[in-house]
Amino acid sequence: MSTAELSPVELEAEEQALQEREFGFWVYLMTDAIIFALLFAVYITMTNNVATAPAPKEFFDFWHTVGETALLLISSLTFGFATLQMRAGNKQAVLMWLVVTFFLGAGFVAMELDEFAGMIAAGAAPTESGALSAFFTLVGTHGLHVSLGLLWIAVFTVQVATKGLTPHVVSRLSRLGLFWHFLDIVWIGIFSVVYLPGMM
Amino acid sequence: MEHSENHDPKLGSYLIGFVLAVVLTAIPFTLVAMNALSTAGLFATIAIAGIVQVFVHLKFFLHLSLKHTPSENILALAFAGVLVMIMIGGTLWIMFNIGFRHAM
Repeated sequence: MSTAELSPVELEAEEQALQEREFGFWVYLMTDAIIFALLFAVYITMTNNVATAPAPKEFFDFWHTVGETALLLISSLTFGFATLQMRAGNKQAVLMWLVVTFFLGAGFVAMELDEFAGMIAAGAAPTESGALSAFFTLVGTHGLHVSLGLLWIAVFTVQVATKGLTPHVVSRLSRLGLFWHFLDIVWIGIFSVVYLPGMM
Repeated sequence: MEHSENHDPKLGSYLIGFVLAVVLTAIPFTLVAMNALSTAGLFATIAIAGIVQVFVHLKFFLHLSLKHTPSENILALAFAGVLVMIMIGGTLWIMFNIGFRHAM
């Protein structure tokens, strides 16, 4: 780490401050988990309220869901590689894995938008029934999180490139890692509660 | 104060987590695609594989560990878990109870 100009006392205070931020971010993730949990509860209670519109599950495609799941899971692994290279202080490799992660995440968002566009074109817009509203809200909120995560990855790719792996950048990158892995956990819930039961 | 170095994430941890996640994803997807079990059996498999996979991600990707993670983080996670149980469990219980009574 390049903090030679700080005294040991300052260094420890710095470390402490960064750890507190990590805890604050963790608390934010827990509140986000509660939001998603409630959206899951809404989706489950609304599944059969299809009114006269097609049910969301009529649009579920097995291989499409497999593809989305694979992209997100592999992107979690590549972010892990970025974290490992960050610990090793290997700037170029961090940049490379962040870019790979970005494109995998972008592929996921593209697949999801494609699914949404197909549904809306076929008359299954979120306004058509309670089930569709709940579907778009739950899956769309996750997609929005992934999209913001992409923006965040893009910003940090620039930060790593320009500022290098300073303690602050490293600390921010670890929080971004928590966020990205957390989104993959939410996706486990989405394919388990939304897609797989819909395809049974 | 030596809280880094020793339990820093390792390549092996990510790879083990990834392989376990792939297996735990493949099991429910394959069984649903082949329609291999009864509806109840499929639901149970999806639920168990999903919950186990969440713990796999927490351990191997988020590096949560009862020994090294600060206890306030674990406490926040546990508290969120309790809230989720109460709110989801409560919602489903009440809403399906209403649905059942309306159907009578």
